[in-house]
Amino acid sequence: MVWFYLISGLFLGWSLGANDAANVFGTAVATKMVKFKVAALIASIFVIVGATISGAGAAHTLGKLGSVNALGGAFTVALAAAVTVAWMTKLGLPVSTTQAIVGAIVGWDFFAGALVDTNALMKIVTTWVLNPILAGAFSFVLFKLVKAYLRSAKIHLLRIDLYTRLGLILIGAFGSYSLGANNIANVMGVFVASNPFTDINFMGLFRLTGTQVLFFIGGLAIAVGIYTYSYRVMKTVGSDIFKLSPIAALVVVLAESLVLFIFASQSLERLLIKLGLPTIPLVPVSSSQAVVGGVIGIAIARGGGKAINLKVLTRIFWGWIITPVTAAVISFFSLFFMKNVFQQQVFEPIPYKISKKVIQKLETLGLEDTTIESFEGKVYYNAWKLRADLKHNTTLSSHEVDMVIKYSEVDSLLIDSTIANEHLDPDWFTRSQLEAVKSLHGSIFEHRWELVDTLSKLTPEWRYKPKTRENRLYNKDLKAKYERLFFVFKLSRIRQLKEIETNEEGKP
Amino acid sequence: MFTVFKKTKELEAKIDNFLDTILEAALEFKQGLKYYLAGDFEEFERRAKHVDKLEGQADRLRREIENMLYAEMLIPEARGDVLALLENSDDVLNIVADTIVEFSIERPEFLEEIDEQFMNLVDVSMQAVEEMVAAVRAYFKDIVSVRDHITKVMFFEKESDKIGEKIKRYLFGREDLRLSHRMHLRTFISYIQAIADKAEDIGDRVSIYAIKRLV
Repeated sequence: MVWFYLISGLFLGWSLGANDAANVFGTAVATKMVKFKVAALIASIFVIVGATISGAGAAHTLGKLGSVNALGGAFTVALAAAVTVAWMTKLGLPVSTTQAIVGAIVGWDFFAGALVDTNALMKIVTTWVLNPILAGAFSFVLFKLVKAYLRSAKIHLLRIDLYTRLGLILIGAFGSYSLGANNIANVMGVFVASNPFTDINFMGLFRLTGTQVLFFIGGLAIAVGIYTYSYRVMKTVGSDIFKLSPIAALVVVLAESLVLFIFASQSLERLLIKLGLPTIPLVPVSSSQAVVGGVIGIAIARGGGKAINLKVLTRIFWGWIITPVTAAVISFFSLFFMKNVFQQQVFEPIPYKISKKVIQKLETLGLEDTTIESFEGKVYYNAWKLRADLKHNTTLSSHEVDMVIKYSEVDSLLIDSTIANEHLDPDWFTRSQLEAVKSLHGSIFEHRWELVDTLSKLTPEWRYKPKTRENRLYNKDLKAKYERLFFVFKLSRIRQLKEIETNEEGKP
Repeated sequence: MFTVFKKTKELEAKIDNFLDTILEAALEFKQGLKYYLAGDFEEFERRAKHVDKLEGQADRLRREIENMLYAEMLIPEARGDVLALLENSDDVLNIVADTIVEFSIERPEFLEEIDEQFMNLVDVSMQAVEEMVAAVRAYFKDIVSVRDHITKVMFFEKESDKIGEKIKRYLFGREDLRLSHRMHLRTFISYIQAIADKAEDIGDRVSIYAIKRLV
């Protein structure tokens, strides 16, 4: 059953492999600088590696946008995105998986009554605009540099040719890695919250988390797409869209890869935090738009502003709007069908309970508004409704309303020391952190913040440090650890695991 | 991986060899004509034979290079240009070789009064060839200096025009000579001019191909 639900994600992965691998190896193959066999092998390997090793960063932002918490919902969301991509491709409209999946997730948010994280959405949309601009800037600068270098370096034409070939392979590998790391979130991101896989330990040598297993499978789907269909796409990309010299093509691919990389790399983010520089949001971006940006960069480097094709720009612009809106609409209506016609669970309702302790907690946080007391004891299953009621019946500001929603969210957690032993990496969590968690064996927490409060009282190592530049990295890491706890000790998940275990025990 | 580097190196060496051969043939041609004018026909014939041999050698090298470029699918962008360059450069060598054969067959009767100017013409034309070879070499290795070499090619071609015209005017002013004799010598002067013309032709091509590469 699990595999059936994954099919739509795998289909999305296949189409990503078929289409987007061409953005990395298209020119190289079309100009016969690199053989398709070589390109396909390298692209497949590095896409899988990138997806498995560093796919988590961009997936996290997508997860924030809407954590699709039921497999049926994830299936429908991915399917809606895949259908949008296929449909728009057929109509000859510009399309990117990235934009489709974001639209589809927002459609789910609407359907499930989950709030759309406007911060995350703004972050995502900003990067879409930033993506081609950044790619253009990179390719402009790189092209100028390469040109200046080649003029002065006096390298033989044949040697340049050889280096270009090697460069296309090397940068192609880097590009594939970045593509996998950045875009796996599109393919498998929606399945993370309802991930059926558990961690796998390879004879103690290395371990893959459940999410990584999921991403590995998604990577395989992309690889299949590369092998079965990308050759045709490469042929058209290489000859239709950009007729560039091999060196210019190399620069475009490098610019594209760099952009995909910086929007996916957690290590780069850590480095930037360490240096006290502003970080770049980790968000899945469209490789096609990065390529177009890169080509425009080269065009400007060659011929100035006149070279920019306004038509291309409008196409990109419409891609930002048409694709997500279409996907959102399709997603919303298919979810409706899945739920009401096929009787499938497409979301797990999240309860919001405004209890006394929630109000007390909010008071300690400085929210002293008596109008909220009329809500005491109320339970909501729809964040939209809760928000509307709060706005109507209290004098809270919209920021305070968001706080109430956040702290009243019920996310039952059951602490279990055996699960802690199995699922919390002792290399990541410190000893006293683990001990603190295990000492809570058997406790149930209704809200996430309760667990945070309890643990911070137990040991300073579970406490957030003051928000300064030096502490950013520490707090980010601690937050990730808390996220892990919330995931591992989620009551519904533990129940699911127990069910699987009892089922297996029952087998002969 | 290692073989790719080796093959590239080999091909680079072949192209250099090919251009060296043209250069050598041009120098040999000049030397041969010096002996011809001095009346040392034995040495002249030896030089003529050597030029012929160099021509065959260049042909072989050119074919090898072309085959390799296509078989290994190298330089897809510039392959057509490179092929045109190699073939046209080979044409210069063909004209040089043909001309020296004509000298050997027809043995034109030169006049002492024009010997010096004729040698000048040969000198200037061969310099045009030398600069053309340098331009082609620069196209491969040092794209920026292509222009300098082409400027020189054009200068020498113009010089050869001027000198050639001067000799021809002188010849046809000499009423004492038979018309057939004058015409015979004129043909040979035109041959030498044609070499410089061809060199200029290639220069034009190189400059366009170089612009293509610089863009």
